[in-house]
Amino acid sequence: MEPGRSRMSVIADAVQFIFEHPSLLLSGAGRQLVISAIAMAFALAVAVPLGVWLGHRHRGAFVAVNVSNVGRALPSLAIIAMLIAVLGIGDVPLVIALVLLAVPPILTNAYVAVEGVDADVVDAARGMGLSEGGIVRQIELPLALPLLFAGIRTAAVYVVATVPLGALTGAGGGLGDIIANQASYRLAGVIGAAICVALLALAVDGAFALLQRAVTPRGLRRAVASPADPAAPV
Amino acid sequence: MIGPGLAQTGPVIPDFGSSGGAGSCVRENNLFCWGWVRENWSDTLFPALREHVVLTVIAVGIGFVIAMTLALAAHRQEWLERPVTVTTGVLFTIPSLAFFQVMVAFTGLTRTTAEIALVSYTLLIMFRNILAGLRGVPPEVREAAEGMGMTRGQVLRRVELPLALPAIVAGLRIATVTVISLATVAAYVDDEGLGSPIFRAVTQDVFKTEIIAAGALAIALALAADAVLVLVQRLLTPWSRAGRA
Repeated sequence: MEPGRSRMSVIADAVQFIFEHPSLLLSGAGRQLVISAIAMAFALAVAVPLGVWLGHRHRGAFVAVNVSNVGRALPSLAIIAMLIAVLGIGDVPLVIALVLLAVPPILTNAYVAVEGVDADVVDAARGMGLSEGGIVRQIELPLALPLLFAGIRTAAVYVVATVPLGALTGAGGGLGDIIANQASYRLAGVIGAAICVALLALAVDGAFALLQRAVTPRGLRRAVASPADPAAPV
Repeated sequence: MIGPGLAQTGPVIPDFGSSGGAGSCVRENNLFCWGWVRENWSDTLFPALREHVVLTVIAVGIGFVIAMTLALAAHRQEWLERPVTVTTGVLFTIPSLAFFQVMVAFTGLTRTTAEIALVSYTLLIMFRNILAGLRGVPPEVREAAEGMGMTRGQVLRRVELPLALPAIVAGLRIATVTVISLATVAAYVDDEGLGSPIFRAVTQDVFKTEIIAAGALAIALALAADAVLVLVQRLLTPWSRAGRA
């Protein structure tokens, strides 16, 4: 801490930094969102089809549940740093690490959501002559959507919050680049950027909460599903 | 690239070459040098592991006491549940790096800074689980206990808490694993634990062996803690082998 400064004035300086450098912070936040979106796209492409398929076949409960337990145990910083050790500094190891961390909550929630669809409803659909693919698309997915989306929301917040850790280990990390560079931005900038990281995570959480509500079929809207597997904070 | 936590001690240059068989492997920065791990186990890796365990035990211990107090209060006064869930939920969503860094403004580059943030992350998990456990006690069981003349305190101690134990231990598990993961990040503001060698090695031209050794220890510690708590749960609740997760 800078000597002779009171604690509140450090926070005041940080807030002042935010108001004086909006474009720096916005571009950092933008970059953070882009990296997050890339990682989420890969994670969704892997985890949703796999989770839905396992859930539809009522198979692999052991895998789906244990993936989430092991996933939660993976320290994000250690994963990022180890991938950097293996692959070298850069965006690629960071994105791979983010995908690894995002898959477990999405996979588990997709599995639990589809697996938990009322068996009578599925039987009725089958009796009406729907194909297996039709059952997945027209019955299971709509009913599973709230819970499935809860998992996606968890993963998205987790990923956005993890990107700045990349900066501490040398990879580009959006707002983390400011946090990791106290020499240039001083404590005020570091804390200002940290406040922005917190606001960004809360904003992403809020945005996904609204999205989750929007994709919930009206009949199910009474309670917005909370994730079957609330992931760890980052 | 050097964070405030690292600035305190300054980088430690690895001892290139002079010592034993690890020399050439370390000099060439190969992926993994067993020799270096053997030579640095007792004065670098093991102390970091021990510090990590201490950080975790303190955070989970304090978090458990706070969460238990809040859950018992919310069990009696139902309106308390919502404000507590919302508050701890916001704390839970704040990225740890940001939390640690903001706390530096108040408590400096100290263990206190690390612990305040770590404790705050355990609250939502354990509060929700303890409360769910207490509420999950069947009403007829509670009524039977009251019918036998037990006071509210006796019902809580002898009936409700034992029946809530699987849910409580499940919360403890998640909280412990979470704290072990986040405590690596805490090294950025409080230079101790397994994050400390990771940050140091990254700033030293990505010294691979140290990163992989410390990272693997962090993962192993989390998995081991999880396994131990599963075992504790089984021992404490022999009547419910199923165990809620």
